[in-house]
Amino acid sequence: MAKQQSDFITIDRPEQGVVVIAPTTDIDMSRSPELRTAIRQELGGGVHKLIVDLCDVNYMDSSGLATLVEAMRNASKTDTKLVICHMHEKVSAIFEIARLDSFFSIVESRDDAISL
Amino acid sequence: MTVGCTVEPKWVDMHESPEIELKLISDPMYLCGARELVGCIAKRIGFNDMDCSKIALAVDEALANIIRHGYNKSFDRPIWIGINPIKPEGDSIGGIEITIDDEAKQVDPCEMKGRELEDIKPGGLGVHIIQEVMDEVRYEKRETVGMRMIMVKRAVRTQESPRLSDAKCNANACCVTSIPKKSSKTRTS
Repeated sequence: MAKQQSDFITIDRPEQGVVVIAPTTDIDMSRSPELRTAIRQELGGGVHKLIVDLCDVNYMDSSGLATLVEAMRNASKTDTKLVICHMHEKVSAIFEIARLDSFFSIVESRDDAISL
Repeated sequence: MTVGCTVEPKWVDMHESPEIELKLISDPMYLCGARELVGCIAKRIGFNDMDCSKIALAVDEALANIIRHGYNKSFDRPIWIGINPIKPEGDSIGGIEITIDDEAKQVDPCEMKGRELEDIKPGGLGVHIIQEVMDEVRYEKRETVGMRMIMVKRAVRTQESPRLSDAKCNANACCVTSIPKKSSKTRTS
């Protein structure tokens, strides 16, 4: 299992073709560009499933949402399945406010995301 | 940052000069500090955790819009945040009024609208989120330069949530419920 880590993002590869990107803190305008870059880099590498694990994200603003919407669009272009897991209640609230809760595949745990 | 619970807040009428003022530069790295401050004050006023988080989100979105659109991502321009608790009245335990001033280019306040959400695309959600979260949102041109945004969130007292002045505070004893809004599914903005 390869594992890379930056200050803000952890990247795991639990299986061939599966990548887990896990931000390690809140996502706002100051952090979302780094998340966007990480997702873009992974989508270009023959990945068939990209999991965004929000376990350590207690707060996300619309820049984080925009990053995930863009990721979903890019994933569909490369035939990659994008799954979000471990979403906290307060983060879930912003998805509902923006009416994006049904746009994404959202599951409880990382294991659920891997087996989906 | 935590807010102590030993001192009663001084309720003030709206539109007085703010009880709390924060000046920051338009650098996104300071958004977290502004959120923390607003969330803690909202908690001390009596909003529950979820409402505190949403109020902080509304402020974050307002600041991000100023940085992104008002200042075209110049990260050294001034922004002022003013916070006033709103006096309890009737069934309402009061609320919070937040004013955000900038020196950005002035625009017609009527142009400050959220986009339609049916078209799912990245960006443009900030104004919608602010309008959805807060009870009142107004934009004004400041007298000389820049724009002013005024946001209000009110709350109602529930049986489980005593009036703040009745409770010898304990942050958990001060939970109140914000005034229910229409379902987001039925709102247009």
